[in-house]
Amino acid sequence: MSDAPVAQSFPGAAAPAAPMAVSSSRWRSDAEFVVIPILAIVASFLLFAVFLLAIGKSPVDFMALVWRGGFGTSFSIQNTLQRSSPLIMTALAVAIPARIGLIIIGGEGALVLGGFVAAVVAIPMTGVVPPMPALLVMAFAAMLTGGIWIGICGFLRYARGVNETIASLLLTYIGIAIMNFFVEGALRDLSDPNKPSTKPIGRDYMVGSIPGTSVHWGFLFGVLLCLGLYLLMSRTTFGFAARVTGGNFRAALAQGLPVGRLIVACCAIAGACAGLAGFFEVAAIQGRANASLAAGYGFTGILVAFLARQNPLMIPPVAIMFGGIVAAGGLIQRRMGLPDATVQVLEGLIFVVLLTSETLYGRFSIFKPKGR
Amino acid sequence: MSSAIITRRALLKTAAFGAAGASLGLGSLRSARAADLVVGIVYVGARDDFGWNQAHAVAIKALKEVPGVKVSEEENVPETDAVSKSMESMINLDGASLILATSFGYYKPFVLDLAKKYPKVEFRHAAPLWNKATDPMNAGSYFGYLNQAHYVDGVAAGLSTKSNKIGFVAAKPIAIVLSNINSVLLGARSVNPNATVQVIFTGDWSMPVREAEATNALVDAGCDVITCHVDGPKVVIQTAEKRGAKTCGHNANQGPLAPKGFITGAEYKWETIYKGYAADIKSGKPLPNFLAGGFDADYVRNSPFGAGCSPEGQKAALAAIEGLKKGKPIYVGPLKDNKTGKIVIDKTYANDDPFLNNMDYLLQGVVGSTT
Repeated sequence: MSDAPVAQSFPGAAAPAAPMAVSSSRWRSDAEFVVIPILAIVASFLLFAVFLLAIGKSPVDFMALVWRGGFGTSFSIQNTLQRSSPLIMTALAVAIPARIGLIIIGGEGALVLGGFVAAVVAIPMTGVVPPMPALLVMAFAAMLTGGIWIGICGFLRYARGVNETIASLLLTYIGIAIMNFFVEGALRDLSDPNKPSTKPIGRDYMVGSIPGTSVHWGFLFGVLLCLGLYLLMSRTTFGFAARVTGGNFRAALAQGLPVGRLIVACCAIAGACAGLAGFFEVAAIQGRANASLAAGYGFTGILVAFLARQNPLMIPPVAIMFGGIVAAGGLIQRRMGLPDATVQVLEGLIFVVLLTSETLYGRFSIFKPKGR
Repeated sequence: MSSAIITRRALLKTAAFGAAGASLGLGSLRSARAADLVVGIVYVGARDDFGWNQAHAVAIKALKEVPGVKVSEEENVPETDAVSKSMESMINLDGASLILATSFGYYKPFVLDLAKKYPKVEFRHAAPLWNKATDPMNAGSYFGYLNQAHYVDGVAAGLSTKSNKIGFVAAKPIAIVLSNINSVLLGARSVNPNATVQVIFTGDWSMPVREAEATNALVDAGCDVITCHVDGPKVVIQTAEKRGAKTCGHNANQGPLAPKGFITGAEYKWETIYKGYAADIKSGKPLPNFLAGGFDADYVRNSPFGAGCSPEGQKAALAAIEGLKKGKPIYVGPLKDNKTGKIVIDKTYANDDPFLNNMDYLLQGVVGSTT
């Protein structure tokens, strides 16, 4: 559908046969981005099969269980989708800054703080404000908190040259510590002496499931967010400016682009995505804020974002694949008597093989547009 | 746009109904051949953590020996919706009819919600949280008063220490942990009035680096016996052993980790409870909703004595166990706290008195602070 502007850049695009040829060659070069990752995933499963054979387990059983536990029954699919929903949002928290050339790995901190703030602002509202506006306020507060949190990393990067990767990682630990400080102190629900938590927000104030399923609304919002952010990054001047900055920082400055604001904005969007994930963890799952919020979704999200090649549209399928593997992980443990770490070995293999496969781009003539 | 969503939703619904029908069919197939009782158990950490999870895994191993019982185990399940999905998966895909949820944070909301969703499945959770007034009848709690075994640790340690200083590496200043610390003190003081307990809180359940630092700090401060309440005591025990200090274990048997200095340790004996559940289900008896006990109910035990325990310590510890079996109280009032000197335990409380569940103080004789 976007052939027109591309076609114009080719000489002779006006000739009647040319648009067809261009679209097919574009299709060819796009196919590279689908075929290589799929081959990489197949390759990592083959490597994993060797690993399984080495420890005397059947790879066929393993695959059958991954299918059954992750995708094979209606329960499994819902399990998979539910597990993928925080990953979609935390992956966005990596993918958006990546577009402007930053590696942010602190989504976990933004998630935890976002969830914490959502639970805190809910406390005075329970019983006073009706659920719908209360949930909106909670979601907004969570996104704002996450946005500020990662926004700080962007600001430090631009204004003080602080490495954003390290800053965001370290801020994660500070974020978790801040939550623990309040949850174990001033904001602790004293009715529960053994698990420090904030006061519960109450059943009425919780986000329900998508009708007909047991998957909470976070999944749908995550997918919509991916679509929206894809459009923002690829179809608006803001996105274009961000990508130019990511491509060449100095050139962007020379062009007079507001680089500082773009960096902070991308980081803030990223933090808001992770904060929203935190909101759903509190409002759809936990019902209160406590140490369980730091469940590592922020870190798995990094993996998902890299596997999706930082493309928001690719994040949902990759997150669902991951959700499926994790969902099946339990069944694999139980049926095959394998330790939990087995699934982590598989995840690690997929990650390494996919990153290695990056070097393959542009090496196969079959993907090259014809006549170039 | 909106019509597309509705279509998708409708599709999902149909898919869900279709699959529900299919799984119903499967369900009947399953029950036709299911003479076996399938017990599903979820652990929050690794089964071989030398701690809380291992204590359960050891009991599950014993349960597996019981004919007609099948076990479905899953480890490293976090306290998020992951646990609810794991338990549901055990019910739907493995046919489990008894679920044992072994981590504190699994209960609210996950076990409670699932118990409502699956009224025919029994759920039991390893902490004294079940409330008859509000919680479903197919849910329940089981718990061991481990502080009794810590009391016995204290007795053995009180007669095995030379410096009269016992070090305690603790995770969080919550009631269960505080009770264990106080019990070690009272046990030690019952045989050695000069004994003190020095405590360091690490702030979380699994902080290996801080646990090692805390152990070193306690040894540096003159403690020659180290014990702990953290999820996996391996680091504490090994660090103390390396520093030449004696050790008392926690949750599972850590004797093999400290061949020179191990005294004894406080252990759960979950197999008593698990085998009881299996027997009740097989004979068609309703499962008890609330089980709690110590030595009296055979829910806790002490690890076999190690090389670090003095002969007098062994003798006194065995005598203490006999006393606890008969219900001899640990908290004999009046007792004062270590911060203000106020009386916090006004009289003598039975070992299972609910008053003790809300402990938020350290007793006089403990060095350290809850804040």
